[in-house]
Amino acid sequence: MRFKSTLENYIFVLPAVLIFSVFYIYPFIQIFHLSFFDWDGIIPFKDAIPLGWGNFKEILFQDPSWWQAMRNAGYITLIALTFQNILAFLLAWACDREIRMKNFYRVIFFIPPVLSEIVVGMSWRFIINDIDGANIINRMLAGIGFPNLMHNWLSDPNTALTTVALVHCWKGFGWGFLIFLAGLQTIPRELYEAARVDGASAWDSFRKITIPLMIPVIVLVAILTILGTMQAFALIIGLVGGEFAGHTSVPVLRILASMRGSSRFGYACAQGITFGMVLVVISFIQYRFSKKAKE
Amino acid sequence: MKSELYYKSKKITLNILIHLFLISVAITCLYPLLWMISSSFKTQDIIFSDISLIPRHFHFENYINAWREGGFGRNFLNSIIYTASVVFGIVIISSLAAYAFARLRFPGRNLLFIMFMAAMMIPIPGSFVALYVLLNKLHLRNTPIGYILCMINVGLSTSIFLLKTFFDKLPKELEDAARIDGCSKLGIWWHVALPLAKPVLAVVVVFNALSVWNEYILALIIFDSRKFMPLQVALKTFQGEFVTNYPLLMAGLTITALPIILVYLFMQKYIVNGVTSGSGIRMKKLFNV
Repeated sequence: MRFKSTLENYIFVLPAVLIFSVFYIYPFIQIFHLSFFDWDGIIPFKDAIPLGWGNFKEILFQDPSWWQAMRNAGYITLIALTFQNILAFLLAWACDREIRMKNFYRVIFFIPPVLSEIVVGMSWRFIINDIDGANIINRMLAGIGFPNLMHNWLSDPNTALTTVALVHCWKGFGWGFLIFLAGLQTIPRELYEAARVDGASAWDSFRKITIPLMIPVIVLVAILTILGTMQAFALIIGLVGGEFAGHTSVPVLRILASMRGSSRFGYACAQGITFGMVLVVISFIQYRFSKKAKE
Repeated sequence: MKSELYYKSKKITLNILIHLFLISVAITCLYPLLWMISSSFKTQDIIFSDISLIPRHFHFENYINAWREGGFGRNFLNSIIYTASVVFGIVIISSLAAYAFARLRFPGRNLLFIMFMAAMMIPIPGSFVALYVLLNKLHLRNTPIGYILCMINVGLSTSIFLLKTFFDKLPKELEDAARIDGCSKLGIWWHVALPLAKPVLAVVVVFNALSVWNEYILALIIFDSRKFMPLQVALKTFQGEFVTNYPLLMAGLTITALPIILVYLFMQKYIVNGVTSGSGIRMKKLFNV
């Protein structure tokens, strides 16, 4: 009876464990295995050439395009960390009071985050592309009297990455906004009241009350921004119109290029592991921080 | 008196500035979407010369063309089918597992649960390479079922986590009563636990639906045939296929974006709650919505 009951309990977790083993654990092990081979994904795997650490050595020492992609992701992340999060914080601060249309703003700001990266990328490409002479931003610049600022935003290597980063911020700030707003609303109003009675200016209470109490939330949003932005790539496919993004490439797109462009499955896996390590380190830092924040 | 007036006018000025700031950002949020929708009603010759937001003539035939000749009708149906089946699969499979992790006893329970949670934490950016190889081996690549199974796995651990947290806090009395009435374990799960979990299930459904509808990379590597592709991937091939017919493309983008915006507007409460609760933060990481 007891045995039958335990067996019955396993039935509950069986479907989850099955799917998880086949589609998570097996590929997870497989990535590590494949990363030590030179394999094109077509020939039978038994004919693949074992390379030892060869793929990893190549990534670390002989692949400038990989490091370019890492730098690009780092640059986009830096802009997201500063511009996007400061904007999100200011908006949240502006909404954290008795004002009209608060709910309207909240609804609107979260529309970009629910859209797919492809939709956002392609509709922004339509607005700023320079191939078909459509560039709405340029037309506006000309219209308001700055024709000399007109520019091929996405094809000029000097501005392409920043353009990508700004569209990324457009898509992402709503997340930070909602989390910041929720954080601000937990700060007791009495604190502000007391500060005002003591003669503190708005700036003083922002600096001495709001910021210190928001530190844990700020750290959290920062880590989430880093993890999310480093892995973003579909937006770039939508924006530049292809998987092989040249000077706006990012690590995930390099992995995709190794797999689909040059049919180097082993190398693609090694790139995935290298990049995964970086992300795990970031996640670990987040874990430490959130633990500290809880205490 | 004078100082009160001073404070009052200062407050009003601040309020006006704040509204200007908020409204300008709101316009920046909406403009690209309105532009996309308005362009979807224009014709190819005027789409770049007429930059008004309200087109002079509404060319609804763009939608009919996109739906039929552009083939978006088929892809729209695919997206609906994938989203519905993945969400259904996740709700059943994750609630079964979450219920077991919260209520039932069996050897290895904690180990299994920790495994699921670890999967939620560890990002594997190259997983699509291995999944491609695996699906080829199973002859499931370029099949809807292969894609659906992969996507069920994507949402599984977070959904289990959310539901287990909920079941843990649930009082046991109702279930005990059902057991005394002779209800089986599966019966209790179905008749008692699931109906009680409705609020969490709503969050699970909405976030997984968003995640599947917007998914790109797995659909890209799994499907070769246009007839199986969901909207996100079909849009991309559409751009490559023709000398880009912008009004049709914009109609396609609108067809892709509109359902998600509508779902968002109707389910707003769940989404905002989901995001701002602690678990939503995990969702951001996993679903990357």
